[in-house]
Amino acid sequence: MRKHWEILVVDDEPVMRESLAEWLAEDGYSVETAASGQEALAKAAVRDYAIYFLDLKMPGIDGIETMLEIRKRHADASVIIMTAYATVDTAITAMKEGAQEYVVKPCSPEEISLLVERIIKVKNLQRENLILRKKLSKHYSFHDIVSKNPKMVEIFDLIRDIASLRSTVLILGGSGTGKELVARAIHYSGNRADKPFVAVSCAALAETLLESELFGHEKGSFTGANDRKRGKFEMADGGTIFLDEIGDISPKLQVDLLRVLQERSFFRVGGGEEVKVDVRAIAATRVNLQEAVAAGTFRDDLFYRLNVITIQIPPLRDRREDIPLLAHSFLDRLSHELGKDVHEISESALKLLLDHEWPGNVRELENAVERALVTARTHVLTEEDFGFLQQAKTSNGWVAPDNVLLDDVQRQVIMATLRRTNGNIKEAASSLGIDRSTLYDRMKKYAIER
Amino acid sequence: MAVIAVAAAGPAEEEAIAYAEVCLSTTFGMETRRLGPFPDPEYAYDAARNQYSSTLVLREALDRRPADALKLMVITDHDIFIPMLSFVYGQAQLNGPAAVLSLSRLRQEFYGLPPNHALFLLRVRKEALHEIGHCFGLTHCSDPLCTMRLSTNLQLLDEKQAEFCGDCATLLRDAINTSTTGAIK
Ligand SMILES: [Zn+2]
Ligand SMILES: [Zn+2]
Repeated sequence: MRKHWEILVVDDEPVMRESLAEWLAEDGYSVETAASGQEALAKAAVRDYAIYFLDLKMPGIDGIETMLEIRKRHADASVIIMTAYATVDTAITAMKEGAQEYVVKPCSPEEISLLVERIIKVKNLQRENLILRKKLSKHYSFHDIVSKNPKMVEIFDLIRDIASLRSTVLILGGSGTGKELVARAIHYSGNRADKPFVAVSCAALAETLLESELFGHEKGSFTGANDRKRGKFEMADGGTIFLDEIGDISPKLQVDLLRVLQERSFFRVGGGEEVKVDVRAIAATRVNLQEAVAAGTFRDDLFYRLNVITIQIPPLRDRREDIPLLAHSFLDRLSHELGKDVHEISESALKLLLDHEWPGNVRELENAVERALVTARTHVLTEEDFGFLQQAKTSNGWVAPDNVLLDDVQRQVIMATLRRTNGNIKEAASSLGIDRSTLYDRMKKYAIER
Repeated sequence: MAVIAVAAAGPAEEEAIAYAEVCLSTTFGMETRRLGPFPDPEYAYDAARNQYSSTLVLREALDRRPADALKLMVITDHDIFIPMLSFVYGQAQLNGPAAVLSLSRLRQEFYGLPPNHALFLLRVRKEALHEIGHCFGLTHCSDPLCTMRLSTNLQLLDEKQAEFCGDCATLLRDAINTSTTGAIK
């Protein structure tokens, strides 16, 4: 039970460190020793110890300095500073710098044994909580989607039911709700799981590029097409293609897509040979396709083709019970990835997370946990670590990135708007609230092409 | 047959040593052999503390261990310590060949109390089994009655029994089996 905890004893005096190490080993801990601060840091660089016994006075790096260095790597390392030169001052310094305890040698066996026992008890408890939480999140998770919300649980059931069908699925949900995770869950719980899952973001690419991305192209079909290239539909043969942001595709591509969904075949760009594929399509969108159909920007026949099975993912604010679960699951994964020893979220921090509106949904929560984790100074994420959420709230949800130039912002906004309107100047200008000549001026100024 | 050697280092009460020998022999099922007394460990004396370093006594003992002795128990009347701690009742090498035991703090007289010889011998038995238990690889046990429980004061020492709990007895049997078959080879 105790054996998995490791202790490092650091003292320049051999008899001192060896005898303490032997004494602690009798308790069942695996104990290592280091003769200097430098050696201790080298050992702490390759593994984390449950407790560090550090002699205060050592040649080279002293105990407090060693502790501070260790803390940089292991934020919640338990450090016991040992000293024979007991003065109130050094004791206070050590405590201020974050030493868990301060012992004056020689001290009674009872004192040391109680101290070690207490620290290990806390460590055991933390580890148990972690294991418990992992079990809990496993219990509430389905292919990486974590939820105990009734609507989400219904979605899990629906995914299981439709996983092995060939029907097209349309996933609706705001940005960051995890539409791709749902698509993956469908793919990996169905009979195509051993075949490829290919994701394409339709919003990211211009029309011609997207076309060749989806269907591939023949050599020399356009400038830069030096080789024949397989498209995503070919790559996904036998498996699933996930078409994200389907609402953003151009009228021409809508026709091509409809064809491939109906005929299960297509032509590569610049090619005359018909390519047959067996692909299940899952599409996703954050815009209201029905409105787009009504407005004439989205083909109704394609809409009905896609809308065979619809999954509507609720926004995070409608499934608040998932916030603690998700936050902890992100924390467990990210702390591991970032090599941070943080495994708790304080009560007040959780309350803050529960109260937040989360316009960016699950992805925003994930980003928030990552951001808090990066700056966290203790082993618990506190309200202060999430302070940026409150800042965002007081400034109407808009947070200016560091060193941002106004010209840059204008340029980006204009480019994004033009992309959305497929280069339609009139539409873009009206959407931006400026007249066409102003828009042309700006485009010239920022060297933007339609 | 495997042997546990027993020796006095400096002054050590004869009756306590003889009793420890009996306890070790019956509990571990091995022959014990009394070695001639080791010299008084002056080298281990710390004048500032008026105590003897158990680590240094142990090191010296290792050099004097007969080749055929599986374990060696050194007993002394001197009060012993390790630098970090104000005192220790004994010190053993975990999974190693030697252990040292001090009689000094096992006597009621040490604390200004009237002598109680029977109680003293019972403590000797507990500590002797405990330290040699370490030499066979046993670590501290959470069973409050088990002799492998850590005792950092007399109260804890007196509370526990002079026996190994079931778990420790099992571990001990395995350890003895491996170490004695190893010794024959
Ligand atoms: Zn012990
Ligand atoms: Zn036991």
